[in-house]
Amino acid sequence: MWFYLARRLLLAVAIVMLAVTLLFVMIHAVPGDPAAVILGPRATPEQIAQIHEKMGLDDPLPLQIVNFFVDVTRGDMGTDVFTQRPVSQIVLGQMPYTITLILSAITWATLVGIPLGCYSAIRRNSLIDKFVGVISVSAIAIPSFVMAIYALLIFAVWLGWLPAIGAGGDGFWDTLSHLILPAFAVGVGWVGYIARIVRASMLEVLGETHIRMARAFGLPERRIVFRYALTLAILPTVTVLGVGMAHLLSAAVFAEVVFARPGLGALIVHAVDTRNYPIVMGTVLVTTALFVISTTVADLINAALDPRVREGL
Amino acid sequence: MTQASATQPIEAPAGAVLLEVRGLSLDFGSSRGRVRALRDVSVSVPRGRIVGVVGESGCGKSTLAFAIIRLLAENAMITAGEVRLEGRDLLTLTPRQMRDIRGRRVSMIFQDPMTSLNRVLSVGQHMIDIQYRDKISQADKRRRAAEALTRVGIADAESRLRDFPHQFSGGMRQRICIAMALLVEPALLLADEPTTALDATMEVQIVGLLKALQGELGCSILFVSHHLGTVAELCDDVVVMYAGEVVERGSVRDIFKRPGHPYTQALLECDPGRIHEKTRHLPTIPGSLPDLVEVPQGCIFKDRCPHAFERCQRERPPHYPVAEGHTASCHLLDETRGNHS
Repeated sequence: MWFYLARRLLLAVAIVMLAVTLLFVMIHAVPGDPAAVILGPRATPEQIAQIHEKMGLDDPLPLQIVNFFVDVTRGDMGTDVFTQRPVSQIVLGQMPYTITLILSAITWATLVGIPLGCYSAIRRNSLIDKFVGVISVSAIAIPSFVMAIYALLIFAVWLGWLPAIGAGGDGFWDTLSHLILPAFAVGVGWVGYIARIVRASMLEVLGETHIRMARAFGLPERRIVFRYALTLAILPTVTVLGVGMAHLLSAAVFAEVVFARPGLGALIVHAVDTRNYPIVMGTVLVTTALFVISTTVADLINAALDPRVREGL
Repeated sequence: MTQASATQPIEAPAGAVLLEVRGLSLDFGSSRGRVRALRDVSVSVPRGRIVGVVGESGCGKSTLAFAIIRLLAENAMITAGEVRLEGRDLLTLTPRQMRDIRGRRVSMIFQDPMTSLNRVLSVGQHMIDIQYRDKISQADKRRRAAEALTRVGIADAESRLRDFPHQFSGGMRQRICIAMALLVEPALLLADEPTTALDATMEVQIVGLLKALQGELGCSILFVSHHLGTVAELCDDVVVMYAGEVVERGSVRDIFKRPGHPYTQALLECDPGRIHEKTRHLPTIPGSLPDLVEVPQGCIFKDRCPHAFERCQRERPPHYPVAEGHTASCHLLDETRGNHS
């Protein structure tokens, strides 16, 4: 167990470093001098040189990368070019909004998707199963930003039921009402996806011998479905959710932009726009870390559910 | 055997019929049309006896067992016949009534012990779950489960209840399944090739265990197997199936001594345990199973039968008596009897 966690931690560090290095290379390849963008068209060469000096842009690329990691281990992710505030403070300040959005999206998607998938598997080829199938595939196929735009249009603009922009913050209900539409837009594809996965793995498990065995003892069908089948069928879903975190983060970026919500997505879009590289680097660092954490958590949940996996840790 | 019947808890005398399958026919829907998997199958299992069902793969012997407990695949359709257990026709019961019978009057053990237990549940959870009908405390259920494990030869049962299926070997898992099947004290135990997935040593142990426990509990067993040696070891009576039909039935003694059907004779000749001369070839039955979508006219075995004659081509042979309580469906029996008289 501890060995497993140590191994996971090492892997996590490697993944984060790789992602950040790739990003450094990509930024380097993108045309446009950050200093010129920051200073505007009327910048003097002296000013540009000064910014270059300050951001270390004249150092060779490998040195820039190494310097960045050295700073990060000291808890310093750099300074925002415009406001001069520490990047860590800005990124960590925005993180709760995104995490709240992702967690609410995935929670409602799971709560709806699992029962739908279960029901579809039990009543296979019924009308409801086919209906759920069509709806699921459509929900998966529609990009989340399209979903976000229409959700905004229908529920906020036309019907006026829910607020259109921002994250609220004036008490619990205000926060919740601002969360509903973005969480809906981000999660709806996942409802379909989870329903499909659960249906497929449920059908597989229900065909296994131990289910026949449980039936041969006359166990109630409800117990067979929930205790004998679902506990097994849920395992692939947990893994998919862990890996799907990357996908969710990118969906959250769109939703945050559409709903003008604060968060890592809004932050990174704005930072890329303004070539505010320290912020871009900091955000990517944090999101990569989030991704690694979520896959590790998924593995741990799987281990808690499956004794064979538990033994392998 | 007298000892066994003395301890037998069931009120009816040994020998009275417990299970009576009569004229059972069953089709499987397939893309090619209906596969006539069982045709006019009749089997009877007396109380306190072990009846073996033998035949090669695909002869319908497992299907018969699953039809009795009504756990068939979705594409199976029972087209005719009845399955009477203690007088009640199981085929007419509602799903709810059938569930009451399962795990109370009938239980089952399966071919592959590696997959017949749920990997995320401990052995104890399995064994406590199947006692869900009993109005006794959780601790009592646990104690009974441990007793059952001890009875099938699992040491340190109390602590092993906490273990998960993957922590046991194949033979041990089959013992656990047997412990579960007998924990509910069924009148009838269906055993679907319970030793096929095990090695020979394990097989001997499991067969010995089943025989001992059957003697103790006095239940009846329908033992499905393709292994003649195992059947001879364990069973009282034998039913030989071929391509979805019962071709011969009788006591183990009679059938092994005087097989009446050419298929049974061929099966016995192919049993490596019965080959005494040194040979380079394992004997086999030439040909393969007939197509069960278009079931051929006449005797089902005629294409592979060395003795087939004109009558076998057009007329399906009924069961002719070979001896007292021993019948076989072969026209030869009728012909030889005709010649004698």
